[in-house]
Amino acid sequence: MRSFAPPSPLAAPRKRAAPRLLWPALALGLILVVDGIISPHFFSIRIVEGRLFGNLIDIVYRATPIAMVALGMAVVIGTKGIDLSVGSIIAIAGATLDWRIHSGDPHAVALLAALGVGLACGLWNGLLVAVLEIQPIIATLILMVSGRGIGLMINLIYGANPSFESALLQGLSTGHVGWIPTRILVGLGLGLALWGLTRLTAFGLFLEAVGANPRAAQLAGVEARGIKLAAYLVCGFMAASAGVILTADTHTSDPVSVGLYIELDAILAVVIGGGSLNGGRVYLAGAVLGAVVIQALTTSILTSGLPPEYNLVVKAAVVLVVLLLQSAKVRTAAVGVFRKGRR
Amino acid sequence: MRQTWAPLAATITVFLALFGAGGGLYNHFLSTLVLGNILGDNAFLIVAAIGANFVILSGGIDLSIGSMIGFVGVVMAKLDGFGWHPLASAVLMLVFGAGFGGLQGLLIDFCEIQPFIVTLAGLFLLRGLCFMVSLDSAPLRHPFVSDFAGWAVTLPGEGFLASSALTMFAALVVAMLIAHRTSFGADVYAIGGDRASAALMGVPMRRTIVKIYALGGLYSALAGVIYALYTSSGYPLAGSGAELSAIAAVVLGGTLLTGGVGLVVGSLFGGMILGLIATLINFNGSLNGAWIMISSGVLLFAFIVMQRVLVGSLTARAAH
Repeated sequence: MRSFAPPSPLAAPRKRAAPRLLWPALALGLILVVDGIISPHFFSIRIVEGRLFGNLIDIVYRATPIAMVALGMAVVIGTKGIDLSVGSIIAIAGATLDWRIHSGDPHAVALLAALGVGLACGLWNGLLVAVLEIQPIIATLILMVSGRGIGLMINLIYGANPSFESALLQGLSTGHVGWIPTRILVGLGLGLALWGLTRLTAFGLFLEAVGANPRAAQLAGVEARGIKLAAYLVCGFMAASAGVILTADTHTSDPVSVGLYIELDAILAVVIGGGSLNGGRVYLAGAVLGAVVIQALTTSILTSGLPPEYNLVVKAAVVLVVLLLQSAKVRTAAVGVFRKGRR
Repeated sequence: MRQTWAPLAATITVFLALFGAGGGLYNHFLSTLVLGNILGDNAFLIVAAIGANFVILSGGIDLSIGSMIGFVGVVMAKLDGFGWHPLASAVLMLVFGAGFGGLQGLLIDFCEIQPFIVTLAGLFLLRGLCFMVSLDSAPLRHPFVSDFAGWAVTLPGEGFLASSALTMFAALVVAMLIAHRTSFGADVYAIGGDRASAALMGVPMRRTIVKIYALGGLYSALAGVIYALYTSSGYPLAGSGAELSAIAAVVLGGTLLTGGVGLVVGSLFGGMILGLIATLINFNGSLNGAWIMISSGVLLFAFIVMQRVLVGSLTARAAH
């Protein structure tokens, strides 16, 4: 029976958590060391116009929307699902934001409307997966295919002007509180809330139970459908939050290209952070660290002066190295060699 | 077998129903011309879906398909510029595809990394290589390319099967023989059905996994060759997102993403359904970009739900 128990952190000894985060942290360290060698000023952080400024801050700043999406993705992947539609949800949330602002809503209400639309998208995905029992990759493909069209349609019908001005929303996205960029605080707040939801309530345990073995979870009295539905709701909400940040950043609704391919980065972030696509595990901190690793890589390639057409090749190579570092089999072999050496 | 045939029967029924509905909506829709065009235009996608079917039947997934199609195209265009015969560069790319796929399989099995992630790295790598080979679209100028496009078999009515569709049918027959008439095919189903049992029964795991992904790579490279010859050009962004269309075609064709259940021929009908969706939208003609995206999603949803309902009633009737 042991092997069927969900590998929940509640049951696992605490020290297991350290090595899991060690590998992505090591990858991040390696990327930064290479950056340090290439450009000695890479790590300088100074205060410009009352806010922190520098490559390291920039990496975290740009990683925030990816991390938000990756957090929601981690929850969905924990239930053995996947959500390909996050980029489309970002587009729809951005278009909704623009539409509500131009129709005269207070900006806080427009923000809530965008988040609500994200929840509605999550509900749609959740119903397809949990109630109609369509395989998640196909169920979320439907919204992925049509979502950017829905965003464009909202722009066409309601938003005569795709750009907007909003002190509140731009403050959330590009402003700063004290020295710290606001969006980092927003991301931290959402991450902590999600951490509380999954670690201080039974929700996290149920998520991992449903992901590890849905039938056993159902027999044990976990309402598997409801849990799956909730996971897609969370993912839709997180994607919409990222959509608000990204859209307010450019103060323009651009459904065609906003958050393009972010689903791939988010899934990659979850896996780099130690998550398994086979479900049964939700590692939120790992997902955030994974997002930072991906952004650090992107920023490094851009600042290193390589021609942009090399971006994807370098990215693929680094991703492979990180995965090899992380591979349990490669790691066990390495540990075996190390132990032999000590004897 | 009931579990295998019911989704396929449902898919074919839904395809015929929508084809008929298209005939009701538009003049000249119900013709061999439209059918032949669907097959010819989507031959590359169906070939990619056949390869993806093997991978999915084994319980894996291959996301590198679209990038492979793009990469094959730009390399063939580059070699065309050096005066290579398209067939020679096609053979080279097929070997490359099989090798690249096999390497992915080796990484998946040897390092125990999830297929989704290994092939995602493959997607990035091949798309990056596309940009390194060429940033612009380049034409294939060799006379063989236009000769190839000219070959066709006429169908009763005004329709014809283009050379791309004929290549696709040949690839389909080979794939069906591999899947249903060889021990390798049986191993694919065994691994997808229950990995642990397959290993205990003596299925050579590593060799089979490497072969499965090599076959997937070979078929996506063939899809790239067909696409390059059909469009007579190589474009570094060609095939973006084709992996998801291929996976959708496989699933619409009745193969379960969990592996072990499905038929290779399902890819043909799954791909034809995606082609039919695009054709219906084209026949309307008045749709703008936004509506095209939305209606593709709506039609995909309709197909999935209809298929699900039909499979439900078919299996329920068979159970009585």
